[in-house]
Amino acid sequence: MDINEIRKQFPVLDQQVYGKPLVYLDNAATTQKPLCVIERERDYYLHENCNIHRGVHYLSQMATEAYENARKTVARFINAPESHEIVFTRGTTESLNLLATSLGMLFFDGYRASIPSGCDDHGLSASPSGDASSVGRNDSIKILITAMEHHSNLVPWQQMVQRHGGELLVVPMDDNGVLDIQAYEELLKQRPQIVTMAHVSNTLATVNPIKEMIRLAHQYGALAVVDGAQSMAHLPIDVQDLDCDFFVFSGHKMYAPMGIGGLYGKTEWLEKMPPYQFGGEMVDTVSFEKTTFNKLPFKFEAGTPNVGAALGLETAINFIESFDRQEVAKHEDALLAAAIEGLSKIDGIRFIGQAPERSGLVSFIIDGIHPYDLGTIIDKMGVAVRTGHHCAEPVMTRFGIPGTVRASFAMYNTMEEVEVLVKAVTRASNMLR
Amino acid sequence: MTIKEIQQGIIDDFSMFDDWMDRYAMLIEMGKECPIIDEQYRNDQYLINGCQSRVWLHAELKDGKVYYTADSDAVITKGIINLLIKVFSGQTPEDILSADLSFLDEIGLKEHLSPTRSNGLLSMLKQMLLYAEAFAASTK
Repeated sequence: MDINEIRKQFPVLDQQVYGKPLVYLDNAATTQKPLCVIERERDYYLHENCNIHRGVHYLSQMATEAYENARKTVARFINAPESHEIVFTRGTTESLNLLATSLGMLFFDGYRASIPSGCDDHGLSASPSGDASSVGRNDSIKILITAMEHHSNLVPWQQMVQRHGGELLVVPMDDNGVLDIQAYEELLKQRPQIVTMAHVSNTLATVNPIKEMIRLAHQYGALAVVDGAQSMAHLPIDVQDLDCDFFVFSGHKMYAPMGIGGLYGKTEWLEKMPPYQFGGEMVDTVSFEKTTFNKLPFKFEAGTPNVGAALGLETAINFIESFDRQEVAKHEDALLAAAIEGLSKIDGIRFIGQAPERSGLVSFIIDGIHPYDLGTIIDKMGVAVRTGHHCAEPVMTRFGIPGTVRASFAMYNTMEEVEVLVKAVTRASNMLR
Repeated sequence: MTIKEIQQGIIDDFSMFDDWMDRYAMLIEMGKECPIIDEQYRNDQYLINGCQSRVWLHAELKDGKVYYTADSDAVITKGIINLLIKVFSGQTPEDILSADLSFLDEIGLKEHLSPTRSNGLLSMLKQMLLYAEAFAASTK
């Protein structure tokens, strides 16, 4: 694995900011895009652009085929059994909103009537009366999330329980940022209908034991949703091995263009779920009186999709797979370990998130120094990190801090860049004290 | 001193430094010397919430002149607040409202007052001017 060769694929990295070489360590927010991805999207608009699925003409058929092939590539990448189980969305946030809205309707708005009989009701009978007809009664709605969720995997569910009445249950974590699995199991006994969790925390870097958590969720009759926004670029994903009911991700955090992402869902659930956006493409037949909906996955893809970005996502997946993924993971882990070792020599540094298993990023604060100040100074040294609450305010509240400084890595980062980070943070903290 | 004279003084101070590090070091020093808001006003009523740093601002009118005090949890933010306080405090509301703020450009700190910075500074500047406007109206 030749990092210099890889970096040539990412022209944006080769620039100076404030007269210093750019050190881009904000990859958890978005990764840079390799030339092949940029070219693929450009190529689509140069030679293939067309609205898909309905056209009888040549270009439309080609574009449709390319788009559906991209779906197959995503399915293969995460080992989904069927490509119709992949719904293209704008990204993780949209996928989670789709889930919270649609599952909210399915479970709590009387859409239940449309569920084919004989389906396992996944905890729905766990309402206090034990009577399935009481589903929809406000006191029976419980969604279990974890204490380390990004706002995107918190607010949609919170709004859902507020809309339907109900309760958000939260799995606590310890001071290292490790979820309390015993408490998790206790909370499952309250029979939540849905459990949703980050695969990797965007603030703490914790890799959660999702396989075990999914198994437990199922044991207590709950559906399991995994937020893979921070894991897709770094860890191999096998949705069949995990046995999650839903898995969501963003393309732009895995070298693909912005504006594309996905939702994997088990067929049996996607079939039952009502669509949440309506319009063209997602319908079967329409009259003024009645509309029937298209089959999977199209019933969840209202309107013209972002075809060019979907093709870019496919290319990004091919790009990731062109490397030995274990070797890439080893390199990224080495960067993370070096950053932690270098930074730990700084007086007063406190790492936020010290789980035994971490991936992709390091979050820290330094005694008496506001993260914003630190980020502002090291920005002037060319180092791009993120400061603030990282859209996870409850995590900050949990640790009693206003925010953290977060450095996050991608395959193209180098040991030299880690050294620049450590030097910059050291110098800035001396200035700010 | 007039607002213009004070601004010129600040420009002169900053122009002594070629290196941005020295300018920021000066800003950090200014942050530490900011006239701190009285504890009784350091509450939500006087809070201007930026996404990244928080700012508290208070103003009072004495003998026809406005005096500001403030605080922030981030010291660079506080340094810039102090710059603005140095320029505005002790001036009449009318002079504050008609002041030209291009000096921030000249000392290379304008980026901190960009709406995209989410540090609360732009809202704070607006709040400073609102105070001046309110005082101007009350003395008419």
